[in-house]
Amino acid sequence: MGSTLVEKLWSRHRVADLGDGTDLLYVDRVLLHERTGSIALKELAEKGRAVRHPGRAFVCMDHIVDTRPGRGDETVMPGGTAFIRETRAAATAAGIHVFDIGHDNQGIVHVVSPEQGIALPGLTLVCPDSHTCTQGGLGALAWGIGSSEAAHALATQTLVVRRPRQMRVRFEGTPGPGVSPKDMILHLIATHGADGGAGHAVEFCGPAVTALPVEGRMTLCNMAVEFAAWTGLCAPDAKTIAWIEGRPHAPKEDAWVAAVADWADLHSDADAVFDREIVIDCADIAPYVTWGTSPQHAVPITGQVPALDEARDATAAAAWQRALSYMGLNPGQPLAGLPIDGAFIGSCTNSRLSDLRAAAEVLRGRKVAPGVRAICVPGSMRVKAAAEAEGLHTIFLDAGFEWRESGCSMCFFAGGEHFGQSERVVTTTNRNFENRQGPGTRSHLASPATVAASAIAGRLADARGHTTPAPTGGV
Amino acid sequence: MEKFIRLTGVAAPLPRPNIDTDAIIPSREMKRVSKEGLGEGLFADWRYSDVAARVPNPDFVLNRPPFDRAPILIGGANFGCGSSREHAVWALKDYGVRCVIAPSFGAIFQGNCVRNGILPLVLAEGHVTALAAAADHRPLTIDLDALTVTLPSGDALTFTIPPADRQMLLEGLDPIGVTLKRLPAIIAFEADHLSRHSWI
Ligand code: SF4
Repeated sequence: MGSTLVEKLWSRHRVADLGDGTDLLYVDRVLLHERTGSIALKELAEKGRAVRHPGRAFVCMDHIVDTRPGRGDETVMPGGTAFIRETRAAATAAGIHVFDIGHDNQGIVHVVSPEQGIALPGLTLVCPDSHTCTQGGLGALAWGIGSSEAAHALATQTLVVRRPRQMRVRFEGTPGPGVSPKDMILHLIATHGADGGAGHAVEFCGPAVTALPVEGRMTLCNMAVEFAAWTGLCAPDAKTIAWIEGRPHAPKEDAWVAAVADWADLHSDADAVFDREIVIDCADIAPYVTWGTSPQHAVPITGQVPALDEARDATAAAAWQRALSYMGLNPGQPLAGLPIDGAFIGSCTNSRLSDLRAAAEVLRGRKVAPGVRAICVPGSMRVKAAAEAEGLHTIFLDAGFEWRESGCSMCFFAGGEHFGQSERVVTTTNRNFENRQGPGTRSHLASPATVAASAIAGRLADARGHTTPAPTGGV
Repeated sequence: MEKFIRLTGVAAPLPRPNIDTDAIIPSREMKRVSKEGLGEGLFADWRYSDVAARVPNPDFVLNRPPFDRAPILIGGANFGCGSSREHAVWALKDYGVRCVIAPSFGAIFQGNCVRNGILPLVLAEGHVTALAAAADHRPLTIDLDALTVTLPSGDALTFTIPPADRQMLLEGLDPIGVTLKRLPAIIAFEADHLSRHSWI
């Protein structure tokens, strides 16, 4: 019997079988950020424990840093400066490299790590952040952990991990015009539930995944955690290798040749057995938008808020009712045409160059509707520089978007900037939870093209009316 | 780490699916680089009608005695989904919660519970609903050694938990200390692993 990709990566990293389906796994890379990583470093320092391999750990300042031009350590979020300074001091004391405020390489950890060549196919990589699964898009086994586990990984270079069940999600066919990886993953979650992947490692595959650019695969894997999966990943291929080659931390010369040869085995064997398989016909996928407070509350942009009697059971109906009252919506209401107050393009889901290009394609020569606050936050300073090199920033600025420095920014509310009570925001982020983007803020998740089209219209809008971008566009 | 062996107390019902860690502790309540003092921010957006002034919302279960001192929460499916923030668990612990009962948990949250002496107890959805109704205001007893939940009526339900998690909770082990006992095996593995994958 063959092995799945996850099984191969697992057996490469198994230090010991601890019994009962649990293994001690070797961890190749540990990433940290100032919000949850600082406490892990502090805990080690207090117990007098050393970081085993500081050279294979990295810190990104991303979560609570300001994203307004001219920023420093001061934050709009009260008390944020202490998180930044304590993290910097602890990382420096431990000998860990920091992608710091003011550096050309600063950005959101899940954007910076791949673009720096820190995440590589075949590696195990952890970060005290639930969207670590993003980096599975390169064929790494990458998963989110808690702060205590981060301390464990730093001190021992291992983690105790329960073997996940194996799931394959196969995207067949070709997505229609204007259908992006964000729509593919929202379709999966809407169809199979926000807990549909619980207990599973999910391999995304099939012709539509093979056809995706590497960045699109990261968008797909980013929201594996919104599907409750332990992680998501895509097998690396020639596109992945070409994307990685030459990046600052990628292997060089002989090591590169050896790595590429090694990565050829990183795919599920033809006779591998999965515990579950989901097949999706991409012809069924439309551009999606969420109407509620869970990513599973998603419908095509041409659709309506569902009727309560469509809910699976009484618990779900009660959750829908609660979501509708939070969102200020009624059953049966069409999504397209709903007036918006804000538009946000950014986050580890959709802030890479291809995302900014997709949005700019819709925005080119157009203006954001009056009264809509529109913000674009590139995922890293490198993404920002690349976008500026091709003039994308002028498209955003001319349209009336704010053009920010990199960071998590208004993807989540940390006590600083937010959109405001009851404001309706269309956003490329990954969580539409109550209060996620600010107290009372109503978030509608969508793709960069949908957010751009909606910003122009001043209401939720179908980007396909504006343009017909290539389904996968970009790098 | 504090041991978890047996616990008797009232169980506060929060019968909603997908209670995420942003709801358990909103990010703005994570004010310092510390695990301490987070209980005040627990469920802040639901618990206070005016968050800044800390005005209690009388409709929220933890503001209604005896649930204001409940060491047990009964939640819905996918409890603790979302952000990996361990602060959610530290806030529960600081508030005095030692056990959460739910049909399923967010994976990272579940692991964080075990590492902080909180028992994440999984029961079938029907049992969770029945338990909340049966408990009402009366105490439940949870016995991790016997793997039972005893209802006020004296009836008992059994549950399962991965043996490693059970041992960690029962003995209050320090996970890093336990793993460091295997350091020779880690060093041997590492030498072989790095010799075959030099670029790591
Ligand atoms: S961009 Fe948003 S989802 Fe991504 S790591 Fe930052 S806060 Fe988390």
